[in-house]
Amino acid sequence: MADQTKRRHWLEHPATQNFLIPIFAVVLSFAVGAIFILIVGQNPFQVYSVLFSQTLGTSYGIGQLLFKTTPLIFAGLSVAICFKAGLFNIGAEGQLQIGAFMTALVGMYTVGVPAFLEIPLLILAGMIGGGIWGFIPGYLKAKTGAHEVINTIMLNFIAAALVSFFVTNLFNVPATVHTPEIAPTGKIPRFDTIFSSFSGSPVNFSILIAILAAVAVWYYVDKTRYGYELRVVGLNSKAAEYGGISVAKNIILSMTIGGAIAGLVGTNYVMGYKYYFEEGFSTGTGFMGIAVALLGNNNPFGVILAALLFGMLEYGGLVINTMVPKELVSILQAIVIIFVISSNKIFRKILVNFIKKRTLRVND
Amino acid sequence: MISQIFSLAFLAQTIRITVPYSLASLGGVYSERGGVVNIALEGIILNGAFCATVGTYYTGSPWFGLLCGIAGGLLVAAIHAVISIHVKADQIISGIALNLFAVGITKFVLQILFQSSSNSPRIAGLPYIKLAFLKDQPDVEHLLGNPLVLLTVLIVIASHFIIFKTRFGLRLRSVGENPEAADTVGISVTLYRYYGVLISGVLAGLAGAWLAFDQHSFTDGMSAGRGYIALAAMIVGKWNPLGAAAACLLFGFAESLQIQLQGGSLPTQFIQMIPYLATIIVLAGFIGKSAAPGADGIPYEKEK
Repeated sequence: MADQTKRRHWLEHPATQNFLIPIFAVVLSFAVGAIFILIVGQNPFQVYSVLFSQTLGTSYGIGQLLFKTTPLIFAGLSVAICFKAGLFNIGAEGQLQIGAFMTALVGMYTVGVPAFLEIPLLILAGMIGGGIWGFIPGYLKAKTGAHEVINTIMLNFIAAALVSFFVTNLFNVPATVHTPEIAPTGKIPRFDTIFSSFSGSPVNFSILIAILAAVAVWYYVDKTRYGYELRVVGLNSKAAEYGGISVAKNIILSMTIGGAIAGLVGTNYVMGYKYYFEEGFSTGTGFMGIAVALLGNNNPFGVILAALLFGMLEYGGLVINTMVPKELVSILQAIVIIFVISSNKIFRKILVNFIKKRTLRVND
Repeated sequence: MISQIFSLAFLAQTIRITVPYSLASLGGVYSERGGVVNIALEGIILNGAFCATVGTYYTGSPWFGLLCGIAGGLLVAAIHAVISIHVKADQIISGIALNLFAVGITKFVLQILFQSSSNSPRIAGLPYIKLAFLKDQPDVEHLLGNPLVLLTVLIVIASHFIIFKTRFGLRLRSVGENPEAADTVGISVTLYRYYGVLISGVLAGLAGAWLAFDQHSFTDGMSAGRGYIALAAMIVGKWNPLGAAAACLLFGFAESLQIQLQGGSLPTQFIQMIPYLATIIVLAGFIGKSAAPGADGIPYEKEK
């Protein structure tokens, strides 16, 4: 046994695999995507080169990409922190709806508050809104055992109906489905107000909040006692209970924090882009957060990288739309997810076989 | 208002909404009774609707289109089955990914075939059985005379017997409840789980075909959350075919009430919430306990 551990191949190391699997999944899904491009009668290399050059090659493209990345970071972090606690948060979509709506709601009623108070206030409002929407399934899971997956799905629909009611009946600009603008002091500046090369792209400084959130999640989960408890609950809830860690408390806490992070999506759209809440502003960002968390291996910095990739794809769909239907991108995203969850099993098996063969050859 | 509710048109509306919910919900029952969580119902419905449309459009035969719808549903279900049962990957994530995949692929092919990113050309509907007593209400006659309505009722009743009174049903439930025990007595867990998921593909594919024929076309994203409502009904119905169908009927009733009351004093969004709130309340155990099959969602690892 001791001999085996000493001779462990570098490819067998979990860290290597955590790094290689997502790359393997992405490369493979682009290969499958190429088949779809060929079916349409286009050249995959050409399509992919346009996809990369139009998104990564111009500062306008990068601006669009970063704008799409910001909400994906929030949603990905939200799902990731719940995963760490062993919970599956499919409710980021509903949480971000409620959070962004709260940001807009508080923003429209607080005209005249200076920026240094207004901006934190609106951020807090979003976190509280999302936090409440995460607390509900957390509480129900902890107290009644009701599965969070079903409850978060249901709460997504309830959130959508609720905000729809508010923006068609109570808080809308007449004849629209959006709220009035927030107080001017609550606006987060766009990049192009400072760097003119980003001119026209909606990227704004809320992306710094997203990066800050990632650092905070990393610190909380990896470096604090609370984060340690959360991880123990996620790894083995029975052991946690034996060790005196309250499972119920940690379930509620992690779902609430997850919801609060998803609620920050409003910083990008409401505070940094449109300055109001609009029905249907999120096209499945919360669901994409699941993919981002998976691809990022639930690591906050992995989440940022995965969000960048998915942000690039989301904007990339638009730039290749003249060559292939932009839905190619949704197909790619779906295939990436399927490969990530499958390759955890398959890829490891392939690796083990590969390593075995190599070792046999070396021994010969 | 009361007279509106007890009209034949209202009944027809309720049935129109309930049929696809029930078919998909029963699909969920088969899949989850066998131990595989099936969030992919949404994508199965969508692909079923798409394939039914394409099949009908190119052959002119709605019956052939119906078969295509079933095949389209089966295809998505088969992918879900392989990922869940063979690869033993996370079933919930697989379902979400497949729903995303179905949205993408149907729109992608829609554009290739029909050069439109939103809808297909018009297709014929299924022929209906003439009902003499409804001659003066053709809309109601077309709906109640639709052979799929009768088929759905038969499937609901048959499913109750299949799941609770037959050897197949007993085996299906055993691999979902306690796969180790089932395996010990020689029941193939893999085989029966495949049956469960594939049956869900057939049924939810039919649900999709219903939507396509009812609307006489395919529009992008036309499943519109019905797969999730079907899941909700399955839970409210406590994983029983009759219970699930009853929950679907309740949801269908609420929804047609909402359509009836549109523009009235009660905001429609609150009626929209009913199925979802009902599910949360039932799951929390306020109205009797609703418990999933014992091994629902857990891949079966044979002991070596």
